[in-house]
Order: sequence, then structure tokens, then C-alpha cells
Amino acid sequence: MIGSARILAIAIGMFGAAQSSFAETFGDPENGKVLYQLCSGCHAVGEGARNKVGPLLNGIFGRTAATIEGFRYSNAFKRAGAKGLEWHAEELDVFLENPKQLVPGTRMSFRGFDDPSERADVIAYLRQYSDSPSDIPEADPTATATDHDLSPEILALVGDAEYGEYLSSECTTCHRIDGADEGIPSITLWPEQDFVVAMHAYKDKRRAHPVMNMIAGRLNEEEIAALAAYFANLED
Amino acid sequence: MTIDRRLFIGTGAAAAMLAAPMVRAAGHGTPRVVVVGGGAGGATAARYIAKDSDGAIDVTLIEPTRTYFTCFFSNLYLGGFKEIDDLGHTYGKLAADYGVNVVHDWAIGVDRDAKTVALAGGGRVPYDKLILSPGIDFVDGSVPGWDLSSQNAMPHAYKGGSQTELLKAQLQAMPQGGTFAMIAPPNPYRCPPGPYERISMVAYWLSQNNPTAKILVSDPKPKFSKQALFEEGWEKYYSGMIERVGPDFGAENTSVDVGAMTIDIDGSVENVDVCNVIPAMKAGRIAELAGVTDGNWAPVNPEDMSSKADPDIYVLGDASQQGDMPKSGYSANSQAKVCANAVRGALTDSRVFPAKFSNTCWSLISENDGVKVGANYEPADGKISNTGGFISQTGEDAALRQATYEESEGWYSGITSDMFG
Repeated sequence: MIGSARILAIAIGMFGAAQSSFAETFGDPENGKVLYQLCSGCHAVGEGARNKVGPLLNGIFGRTAATIEGFRYSNAFKRAGAKGLEWHAEELDVFLENPKQLVPGTRMSFRGFDDPSERADVIAYLRQYSDSPSDIPEADPTATATDHDLSPEILALVGDAEYGEYLSSECTTCHRIDGADEGIPSITLWPEQDFVVAMHAYKDKRRAHPVMNMIAGRLNEEEIAALAAYFANLED
Repeated sequence: MTIDRRLFIGTGAAAAMLAAPMVRAAGHGTPRVVVVGGGAGGATAARYIAKDSDGAIDVTLIEPTRTYFTCFFSNLYLGGFKEIDDLGHTYGKLAADYGVNVVHDWAIGVDRDAKTVALAGGGRVPYDKLILSPGIDFVDGSVPGWDLSSQNAMPHAYKGGSQTELLKAQLQAMPQGGTFAMIAPPNPYRCPPGPYERISMVAYWLSQNNPTAKILVSDPKPKFSKQALFEEGWEKYYSGMIERVGPDFGAENTSVDVGAMTIDIDGSVENVDVCNVIPAMKAGRIAELAGVTDGNWAPVNPEDMSSKADPDIYVLGDASQQGDMPKSGYSANSQAKVCANAVRGALTDSRVFPAKFSNTCWSLISENDGVKVGANYEPADGKISNTGGFISQTGEDAALRQATYEESEGWYSGITSDMFG
């Protein structure tokens, strides 16, 4: 868990940090719009869209397959929806690679996009026509989170308490910095090892709590160690 | 830091004052940050910059109210779960413990060349970096028949404090079997689940005190946040009390008659006893006056919340065009910390870390029945992007719903300490 000291690499500034510090969007919606011309013969999307040969694609993210009212789906698609096929970026990616492979028996006669970046672009284009997370916070993501294990620019000394202090600002909205315990447990002055064990348990989902699973899930080993160092050494 | 009290509004002396050397040359003396707006965004930013810079930065906070009543949790006061004083917070600790220069005044203009903020009381405050966190204002004419002079007859109660108390008083004065109406706002607006938590809390109070009363909602939106959860709760606790009319039944053509106390939904007129009009929203006016808005909101760079119009101005919270983040107190507090880290780095060369944001919205549906939705966000391709989250599920057991509610109490205590010290 807590290994030996590593080399400190300082992120000099926002724009000095490599692009790997930022989340990845699904793709380029501008190119997706161009590629969508291959779909628009059968599918409408956007303002005033209605069912054509294929169902309209507004609001597809988060929707169970084969549930647009008034569209006559193939039995194959009705079965897929009944079995729980729900459209998110991942399912659309698989479907658009080869529709007949994901839903055998579909009437959709489209060979698919071989190129994963083309699929990502179409998906990014379609994402614009489903709920915006700023209006419906539970709506589907629009980007994949940074893979922190591949971000060497934010490697820190194990137990970099200064980095821990910055990261802690996310925690202290709910976990009181004065150690008070009112519906949300105290995390101050924990021994570092216990803190690290708890956070990794949330990260690996061995300990279930949706908020902590989400928060710990996007912290890497160094960041957890940094937080542990910060909270363990708070002065009164 | 000096407030120039020699300057009075509207005199020819103004031009001469602008030439006066009020601003210390860059590189000499303590850098100055001015924050406009003392809510979840502004108070947090002021506190973090003052606290973390250890005296290296002068921080001024301009906020008109002396007691800040949070709009978040105000629905719980309507439901009878909070007293009004539970929602009020003062700025004394920011001043005393953190050395923030708290100025109770209105910002009425920003001179971006001279880098000064003009105050209604007559001074000008110089800045090196300016943070605007002014919340929201309402769009004129968005609900035909209603304007700001109607807000006593038909409160919005969408800014915390007097309006909240007014709406509660009106609720309590309803005749038995009367009608509480709400005109819900169009997207985007502050606090997506807010109107629906309000409906739940009003329904709770009515079910205890006026069980034959009805709630009528005109909503221009086909969907709303946590809809399945709210509808499950309304059916479980308040069956038959709430009627929501959506755009499929003409809700976009809704107008009100303040004198007659009626609402007209697509030609169908109803008498109402209380009418909560929540109009369409835009950024707090100072953002527009500062020239950082594009349409109704202020576009920002997702790495540090700086304005796309001016690198020395930052916009936080509801007033910003904040990408995928919802407009919420939690979001404003989250953005404020990223901003504070970036501003300190820009002024004092302190370490700057990559932006990470998050949000959680808790809603109380009935006593001890709380639900939540939340997500993480990071900059991606020029905007703050949602990278995944969680939401409560229908059918959860009572113990989990109670724990979720208690968590929200912990959050309220945490965020108000984070804002006010």
C-alpha cells in the first residue's frame, strides 16, 4: 500500500499539464454530424424529429431499447429491450460496429462503422440530443474520466500533504474539518494506514456507498496517500 | 486596500477620479482579489483564498445582505422541518478569523480597463483578479402577467430570505381545501430538483394541516430531475393532492393574473390561493454589466472558471455557463475551490492542481425520506464534462432513505462551515 518515496513531479500550471490530465470526450460531434448522413436516410434527430423508417434518436441516452411510442419495432428489438438492453455510450458503440450482431433479426440494414473513432464521433453527435446533465444531473456522462494511473504529471511523493490539502477541499464540504460527526462520519486524525485501507475499499467497491465509490473511484494510489497524510497530520 | 470614498456617482469628477492613481502598480504591494457575491460560490472562494494564501493576498467580499439565507434547504423550512434562523448565516467569522474585507454594498459596475468595481454606496474597489458569483436574476416577461412588482402577491421564493418567509406565511394562510399553484421554470435554472422538492414539502405541510388542499403545477418541461423518485413519493405520501400539467397539455402557454389570483394554462383558467411563480432565469445582473455574459450566462474556461471574455475575471456558480454541472450550491462551492487554487497560483506562484469538480443534490420527499443524485466532472474539450455519477433508486427501503436524509443534514452543516467559517 504505502511504498517507498517516489520522485516528485510538480504540475507547473494549468496549461503546462499534459492533455492526459483532462477527461476524454466521446468523440468529435462535428465529424459525427457528417458521418450521421449515413443514418439520416432512416433516422431523424433534433428539433421536430419524428419516426421514419427507423425511430427518432432524440433522448436515446439512458433509454431502454425499443421503447419509442408509435414505432413498430421488429420482434428482435422488442425482445432485446424487454431483456434490459439500455442505450448508453458503450452499448451504442457495440451496436454501431455491427448492428445485426448485437440484435440479430433487426430490420436495420446498416453494415456498421469499423473505425472506433468514427463510432465515437457519431455517439458524440447523438449525445447532444439527449438530456443535458446540467438540466437533469442524473443524465449520462459526456466524457470518460481521466485514467489517473496514466497521468505521470500528477505523481506526488507518497503522502504529499500539500496535494492532499488541495484534494481535501472536495471532502470537507461533507466531512467536517473540525471532526464533527452529523450524519457524515469524521475523517480527521485517522492513522494513515486506516485511511488508505478504507479509501481503497471504497475504490474497489468492496465497501458499498455510492458517493464514496464514485469519489474514491477517481483517486489513484498517490492521491489517496496524499489525503491520508493531510488528514492524519491536521493541527488543532 | 483602499476604497476610494471621494468618488460620487454621476458627477463630472468621475472622469478625473479615473485618472487618479488608485491602483498599485503590478509587482508592488499585496495582490488584491475582489469577490462579488457572498453565497456558495463567492463566500467559499473568499475564504479559501484568504485562508490558503496566509496573508499574501488581500481579499474583499462585496455582498449586500448582512445575513445570508440559503436557498438550499429553504424547502425544508416550508415543510416545517427547519426554522428560518436555521437557514441564516452571517459574515463575522470571514472578517474576524480570515481577514476578509466584508463590504455590505451592491456592485453596480466593473471597469475592466481600470480594474475597479463600482459600489452603489459610492466607492470604487480596485482588483488584480475579480471573482463574480452573483447568482441569478429573472428574465423579464417570461411569465406573462408577472413582473418583479408582483413578487409579493405571487412570490418566486427562489432567492432565500424574505421571499421564503412570505411563501410560508401564504401557505399557512390558505383556506381549507384551497389551491397552491406553481409555475415551474424552463431549463436551464438554479437547482434542477428544487421546484419538485418544494412541491413535496408543501404537500407534506398541507397533508398535516390542510389535507383537502390541492397543488397545481404548470411545467414547461417534459422531464425533470429525479422524476421517477418524486413521482413514487408523491403517489406514496400525497396521492391525489398533486396535479402536474406538462407541455403536452399546453403548459408553455401559461400566464397569470396577479390581481384576480388566477392562472391560465393554455386557455383553461383556475382560481388559486397561493401562486409560486418561478420565472426563467439568467446570470445575476453584475455579470452582464461587467460584459462577461453571452446571452443569459457567462461562458468560462473549465480549467479554472476564468471568463472567456477577460482572463482577470472569474465567474462561479449559477451565473456561469458551467457545462454539464447543474446550477447548485454544491456546484458553486466545488467550482470556487478550483478557482481559488488557480487564482492563488496566478498571483503568488503557489502550486496549481488540475481541476476536479463534483456535485450532489439531496431532496427531501417526506419526513426521513431523502433521495440524492450526484456526479463527478472534469474539463474535457473546452467544457466541464460529466464523467459519471449515481442516483437513488425507486423502491429503496426506509432505512436507506433516512440515512440519505441524514447525510444531507451533514452536508448542510459542512457546506455552511465551508462558506462562512
